[in-house]
Amino acid sequence: MILAKTGNEAFAYAMKQINPDVVAAYPITPSTEIVQLFSNYVSDGEVDTEYVPVESEHSAMTACIGAAVCGCRVMTATASQGLALMHEMLFIAAGLRLPIVMAVASRSLSSPLNIHGDHSDSVASRDSGWLQFFCETVQEGYDTLIQAVKIAERANLPALVGIDGFILSHCQERIETLEDQVVRDFLGRRKPAYNLLDWRNPILVGPATLQDYYFEFKRSEIEGMNQVLPIIEEVQAEFGRIAGRKYPVLEEYRCEDAEAVVVLMGSACGTVRVAVDRMRAKGKKVGMVKLRVFRPLVHSLLKKSLVKFKKIGVMDRVDAVNSYGGPLFTEITSVLYDTDERPWVFSYVYGLGGKEFTPEDAEMVLEQVLTGKEDELVTYVGVR
Amino acid sequence: MGKLKGWRELPCGAIITDMSAVKENKTGAWRSMRPVWNKEKCKQCLMCWIYCPDSAIVIVEGKVTGIDYDYCKGCGNCASICPAKAIVMEKERK
Repeated sequence: MILAKTGNEAFAYAMKQINPDVVAAYPITPSTEIVQLFSNYVSDGEVDTEYVPVESEHSAMTACIGAAVCGCRVMTATASQGLALMHEMLFIAAGLRLPIVMAVASRSLSSPLNIHGDHSDSVASRDSGWLQFFCETVQEGYDTLIQAVKIAERANLPALVGIDGFILSHCQERIETLEDQVVRDFLGRRKPAYNLLDWRNPILVGPATLQDYYFEFKRSEIEGMNQVLPIIEEVQAEFGRIAGRKYPVLEEYRCEDAEAVVVLMGSACGTVRVAVDRMRAKGKKVGMVKLRVFRPLVHSLLKKSLVKFKKIGVMDRVDAVNSYGGPLFTEITSVLYDTDERPWVFSYVYGLGGKEFTPEDAEMVLEQVLTGKEDELVTYVGVR
Repeated sequence: MGKLKGWRELPCGAIITDMSAVKENKTGAWRSMRPVWNKEKCKQCLMCWIYCPDSAIVIVEGKVTGIDYDYCKGCGNCASICPAKAIVMEKERK
């Protein structure tokens, strides 16, 4: 079906089709509509979901963990301070290897207060052990949320799917949806290995492991993350067969013979595409590398792609406040460290707090990368 | 304790389905107060069994027969819920 939907509406619609067993959530701008619209589906009897309206995001994630341990398919949605409030529980969900799927309408973190889109909330959760997907369009958000359920359950890892707050969460796009039954057949039912409520087969959840076993369990969790890339690619391919839409983990846009490229995630990829097209029309050899999966860090794919280029600008819609560029920048420079011809890499931080990032801004960044010269390590794009 | 396992041998998510470790580890060791059950006063209502968070009330053929001090942590829930005052808390002596 072809529908006009905002990012939030598309997420809620995907959740309706996924029909999770449990959704526990607390509303927060700009993700509020996701669970608000989903609760309408619950009230109207269009899903079988047990909807738990909790008193905080911390409780939301806690309820999700409890339900997931009982073998349920579980989802939630949040943003910004809400994701920050979930922080400690994120690690527990990942450590218990629970395939919880969370829709995030990415928003900046206070202070100062700002409700608009940037990646500071998701990226601040990067070390919690969750898979992280960043989407360019509403269509990609809808498609990715459905895929994420299957990926998470196959990998026994929780997954976060992010769309940029307001830019995607509140803007309507033409999207193509799948039929409910197609989604349900694609996902099947969760096949949990255990169920905490099965009293005939008692289990122990969350044991104390001290110097003897903690590190070993963490090593095992790290291996789960190490092994997930083939699962993502497999599920993307399966999804491509039913939907006809494919999203590579890492996409090279007009990178053939490019002298300079920028690497980035999220909605601004669309903006950069326009800038690349304009500059290519003028004969300038520029391109874009779009990164769709932030966790796991797809280091081998990044290295294979980026080592081909002489000049690279890494664009972060968040600053780690670490005095050494954006988070993606530091990871990409690490990835390129052990290559023979280390490319020229500079950091461009843009769009914090939803600051406008126009095709003209993108052209300016690409022009700068093309010159291969920067006075400063980090450029704060458009800051007065 | 036997040989420690390597990370490849551990259960996913530290979810323990083999409950033998629970039998090995006596978790009542740090109790400071001990519940003492009085058979004569007990009315066999089983409220202590319902409220005990450690399954430390010993039941034989549907009746309370005592307290499992290997697992009782001395929280006192049983003593405070008992309507017959058949369980009292006493200071643990070494």
